[in-house]
Amino acid sequence: MKRFEFLIEWALFLCALLSIGTTVGIILVLAVETFAFLREVPVTDFLFGTNWTPLFATPSFGVLPLVAGTVMVSAIAMAVALPMGLLSAIYLSEYAPLGVRRMVKPVLEILAGVPTVVYGYFALLFVTPLFQRVLPDLAGFNALSPGIVMGIMILPLVSSLSEDAMQGVPRGLREGAYALGATKMQTSLRVVLPAAFSGITAACILAASRAIGETMIVAIAAGQQPRLTSNPMVPIETMTAYIVQVSLGDTPQGTLEYRTIFAVGMLLFLGTLVLNLVSAWLRARFREEYS
Amino acid sequence: MTNGQLLDGGAQRAINRRRYLDVLFQALALLILCLALGSLAALIADVWSDGFSRLSWAFLSGFPSRRAADAGIWHALSGSMFVILVTGALAVPVGVASAVYLEEYARRSLMARIIEINITNLAAVPSIIYGLLGLGLFVRAMGMGRSVLAGASTLALLVLPVIILSTREALRAVPPSIREGSYALGASKWQTVWYQVLPVALPGILTGMILALSRAIGETAPLISIGALTFVAFAPDGLWSPFTVLPIQIFNWVSRPQVEFQANAAAGILVLLALLLTMNAAAIWLRDHYQKKLT
Amino acid sequence: MSDPGARLLSLGGLATRGGPQPAIDRPVKVQADALNFSYGTTRALTDISIGIHPNVVTAFIGPSGCGKSTFLRTLNRMNDIIPGTRVEGKILIDGTDIYGPGIDVVALRRRVGMVFQKSNPFPKSIFDNIAYGLRINGMAGSRSELAERVEESLRQAALWDEVKDRLQDSALAMSGGQQQRLCIARALAVRPDILLMDEPASALDPIATQRIEELVYDLKKTYTIVIVTHNMQQAARVSDFTAFFWLGRLVEYGRTDKMFTAPAEKLTEDYVTGRFG
Repeated sequence: MKRFEFLIEWALFLCALLSIGTTVGIILVLAVETFAFLREVPVTDFLFGTNWTPLFATPSFGVLPLVAGTVMVSAIAMAVALPMGLLSAIYLSEYAPLGVRRMVKPVLEILAGVPTVVYGYFALLFVTPLFQRVLPDLAGFNALSPGIVMGIMILPLVSSLSEDAMQGVPRGLREGAYALGATKMQTSLRVVLPAAFSGITAACILAASRAIGETMIVAIAAGQQPRLTSNPMVPIETMTAYIVQVSLGDTPQGTLEYRTIFAVGMLLFLGTLVLNLVSAWLRARFREEYS
Repeated sequence: MTNGQLLDGGAQRAINRRRYLDVLFQALALLILCLALGSLAALIADVWSDGFSRLSWAFLSGFPSRRAADAGIWHALSGSMFVILVTGALAVPVGVASAVYLEEYARRSLMARIIEINITNLAAVPSIIYGLLGLGLFVRAMGMGRSVLAGASTLALLVLPVIILSTREALRAVPPSIREGSYALGASKWQTVWYQVLPVALPGILTGMILALSRAIGETAPLISIGALTFVAFAPDGLWSPFTVLPIQIFNWVSRPQVEFQANAAAGILVLLALLLTMNAAAIWLRDHYQKKLT
Repeated sequence: MSDPGARLLSLGGLATRGGPQPAIDRPVKVQADALNFSYGTTRALTDISIGIHPNVVTAFIGPSGCGKSTFLRTLNRMNDIIPGTRVEGKILIDGTDIYGPGIDVVALRRRVGMVFQKSNPFPKSIFDNIAYGLRINGMAGSRSELAERVEESLRQAALWDEVKDRLQDSALAMSGGQQQRLCIARALAVRPDILLMDEPASALDPIATQRIEELVYDLKKTYTIVIVTHNMQQAARVSDFTAFFWLGRLVEYGRTDKMFTAPAEKLTEDYVTGRFG
């Protein structure tokens, strides 16, 4: 009987260890191919080059256009999601009556649950034509539409995490402000928001990480023209869309072109990893402050 | 305080102004919420108007064709359902086992902390990275090729953190008094877990599983990376068969410039959304039904 | 001073109704030997030495936080579940140190049963609640045997007549008093020698409490019972021996009638007369 218990515990332990195996696997797979890639392409060319044409006859492997595309789309997404998400969070946390909350929160969850390929469709075939009426220079593929649609997609994330952070602020702080005659808005903006600051920042960083890693919206609506630009109205290509582009093609294994997707993937992984760790650290510090 | 007012004119005016800003703020917040909800409504309306006309039994049971009007979606629909089934079969036992270990056996050990941090991190890794992992590990290193098994294994790794987290929640919700009562009768840890804790936690675990799988069914990027082909035109016939899934077929059609294919894409989206709606409704029903049973 | 003590005893105390003499010439059932217990770095029990006699009811009394529940839980090693606890010293049951090497905790808990303060029936049927202990300990046998054992336990707990027609109903649908008697039946089903009861009636109304107390009086013929209570009148009514704990130490231990009328320690006297607590 004891033997059986021992075996069971070990079997469960091995299952739990699998998650560590996943992380190790990701790092290994990315690292092996990236190192193979970097043996042929100097890392400085890769990281600081401004021309990304790996599939040309005379290829060029500067990843900056892809990074620029990713950053631009994510920045637009954050510009939409941050203020809207924060305002929504303040409203839901401090103002909304129970009935409104019960109606709004499920809808926000639905927004977060729509598959990204559907958002991509929406960005390409509804939002872009809509904006083209107001901005006639807007290209069919651009950074603006997917950016805005992505912002709407991560709005629930910003909203719910920020709301959690604000709910974590003790009642006593609010009551102190009300007792001095402050209105709700003053209390929210000047007492609760600053108190929840690190929690909210953690939420925003996590949302940014999500935006950077997003694939299908940009693969459908942003285009496949890597371009180092700050103009959101022309086609660009993000890191994630590039990986999709190559995966759809017929690139044979073991070639340099094949390895580029892992090199780009490694960059993406490291970028989001840093953001996730910072966010987690901020969240832990926030919890410490108020427990 | 003679004329029924608590404050003098100046102070009262300041408060009124602040209160006016307060109302403005609420209006602004409501406006923003309406914008967000309005976008959702616009999305659904747009997809519906574009795709409704294409929905038919022929569409659901047909196969792709070069002529948009003849194209069907059965290969992708059956592919999706089959892949999700295999994903569930792989991810749920491992996920529940991991959660049981972390929650019941190793509560505060260092190893458990490391695993927990790792899981939280994995939950935030972009899904396309999982695709690259699947490509390097399952498709190439383990030689599964571009098969259903490779795709399901990749998705299983993707949803594993979600299943572990939701199962842990369900386990935590089981009152500790039940465990104590079981131990006091001379039950071993595994007996307590298997006969007392898991049955009580089961509805929560199932709900979490359905929600995790409903996320998986909408995933496109990881399956594209492992090479789920966009021109597979047949339903999968086994674990080793090539396959495609609903989101990838939608992506395929959206990428074509002809308007007729875009209508197909919209119809495909409606099918996908209907599938998701069913799964989520099932999860919610499960949760509510068993909530009543336990109280 | 003796008046309040005597008054407590005169409240129809069961222990003075007559019945078997506490057999102090029989060997001690449970012997604690210089037991020390800590939760992490916090010392909860210091130097407890006590001999509990068989087939009597022993009560542990003392103010909140004095360690009586903690000590009770060391007797069936329920504290093992809590991480970071440390035990020094010995507890001998029938001469065997239950904290010695090679002791099977699972077997120990079969022989030393426990009933908790808040009744905790499993979310199963009444029948399955009792059957569970039998099944996991391999005492189940055939269907008819199982049914017999379940009936026997329910009769012992004075619950059979109330539930015999609804054994398949959920245990959670019973009243608080019935649930607690079910927990007692459940504990008795696996045929322990010793029954530990941690404030079993504290969450019950007076009528249910009385039924539990009557049950305890009946059960001591077959089992050795240790009961923790914060209710001194209950201790006086129900127990043959009483142990008074304070701040993790055993202050005094002796026959109940003597403890309440002529205690040896001033601290005991102050507690039983209500000067603190």
